[in-house]
Amino acid sequence: MAMNLPAAPSAAYTPVGWRLMAGPAFDTGCERLEDHEQRLKRRPAGGPWLIEVIARSGLRGRGGAWFPTARKWSAAAAASQGNAVVVINGSEGEPLSSKDRTLLSLRPHLVLDGAALAAESIGATEVVLYLSRDSRGTNGAVERALEERRRAGLQEAPIKVVRTAHRYIAGESSAVVNRASGGPSKPMFTLQRATEKGVDDRPTLVQNAETMAHVATIARYGSDWFRKLGTAQSPGSTLLTLCGNVRQPGVYEVDLGARLGSVLDAVGGTVTPPAGALVGGYFGTWVAPQALAGLPLDAERLRAEHGGSLGCGIVAVLPRDGCGIVESTRILTYLAAETSGQCGPCVNGLAALSEAMERIASSAPQPGDLERVHRWIGMVRGRGACHHPDGAVGQLAGALSAFSEHLGLHMSGRACPGHDVAGFPPPPPSGDRWR
Amino acid sequence: MSELVQRKLRVNPILCDGYGYCAEIVPERIALDDWGFPIVAAESIEDEEVLGHARRAVGTCPRLALLIEEVPSRLTERA
Repeated sequence: MAMNLPAAPSAAYTPVGWRLMAGPAFDTGCERLEDHEQRLKRRPAGGPWLIEVIARSGLRGRGGAWFPTARKWSAAAAASQGNAVVVINGSEGEPLSSKDRTLLSLRPHLVLDGAALAAESIGATEVVLYLSRDSRGTNGAVERALEERRRAGLQEAPIKVVRTAHRYIAGESSAVVNRASGGPSKPMFTLQRATEKGVDDRPTLVQNAETMAHVATIARYGSDWFRKLGTAQSPGSTLLTLCGNVRQPGVYEVDLGARLGSVLDAVGGTVTPPAGALVGGYFGTWVAPQALAGLPLDAERLRAEHGGSLGCGIVAVLPRDGCGIVESTRILTYLAAETSGQCGPCVNGLAALSEAMERIASSAPQPGDLERVHRWIGMVRGRGACHHPDGAVGQLAGALSAFSEHLGLHMSGRACPGHDVAGFPPPPPSGDRWR
Repeated sequence: MSELVQRKLRVNPILCDGYGYCAEIVPERIALDDWGFPIVAAESIEDEEVLGHARRAVGTCPRLALLIEEVPSRLTERA
């Protein structure tokens, strides 16, 4: 049987691609190692050649930062003296994202292939699979996949599972390193990157689970194949969690060169005419309704046109009459509660911002609230050990800008009907543990 | 001739408890935010007097949260 290579993109473009999610239907559950190897053939061995191929492929990290993967691998390889650690980050603390648990539950061997390739390429002796304790389905699928690989006798770096409490910031790189070194999953202040000094002070490559899966396909099919989807600077496909006001919420694999309108059309569209969308998750940015159809998905155009990115691959669509100010405030309040409590500007700043925004969202602002909000947004940005405060205020600033007209209603004290509109996912309760 | 290293004042925000002494000692680089935590200017310190103040602030911080980060200037990178 021929390898299940996806068809080349059509003359226009393929909004929904089938690379990571190719293979058996999702409702048949997790793909077994035997089927995985039959479908894709056994992976090649990793090595410096793969870093070259990944560099040519232009792959960028899918954890949210869109950092060029080959640059991270090169840095880790340069620092490694055969003692590096590879961490697969599958913690997925972002409440709006389901793509990593979906991938790990249905196609764990793609991710594990990628991690093994990474270990061989950068000179690592150990792989850590970092997971949220709460994600039971993922944990089960992964345990079984690891057992399958052991039984098959694959000659690979040993894989250790490290679990964390499910917290928003637990997936931040230094928090991952902290937890994998035996500490709490709280971010650390460090002048060195994890690639130089990470888990147990060893050079460490922390890479999102989806990025690892892309590596597993690039190692097999090459960089030209990868570049058949996406844009020159953001090549390939990406997993997108689509939620909120859409007919068929879920995880989709999309062409990074597509526009949001074509993706929405391909998956059934929205339930009601959207009032806007949050793009990129809780550290993302808000987009006004008129910009949705033409919204680019690639990192460059999204940054240029909207000052944001797709983050870890999220579009959450507001329902008609939904209120971006109200939803943004709910998210801000959640993020204020999810601070690791370590840095004064983040702890105090997000709490103060949340209080003022709760008043504004309820159409009961005190004099000077909006001016203080704008000042505090500028004041807390860049002042934490991690980017938690930056992400939180970026999301808020995006809402204030995208819904500036509607904000006037809140400031004038008139009630906003958006408070009681269902259809946008509310933030989950905050956690209280860090291990 | 340029300096071989650039010196930047940094605060470890995890250690910092907002005593605020640093803003008194090196007002050229540090202001306090609305909650009393230091806002440290990002630019490198070229002036000897400011550098002296910065060093004193580093030594005075009760939480040992201040540091002077030395980063190679572009000149040394090229060399």
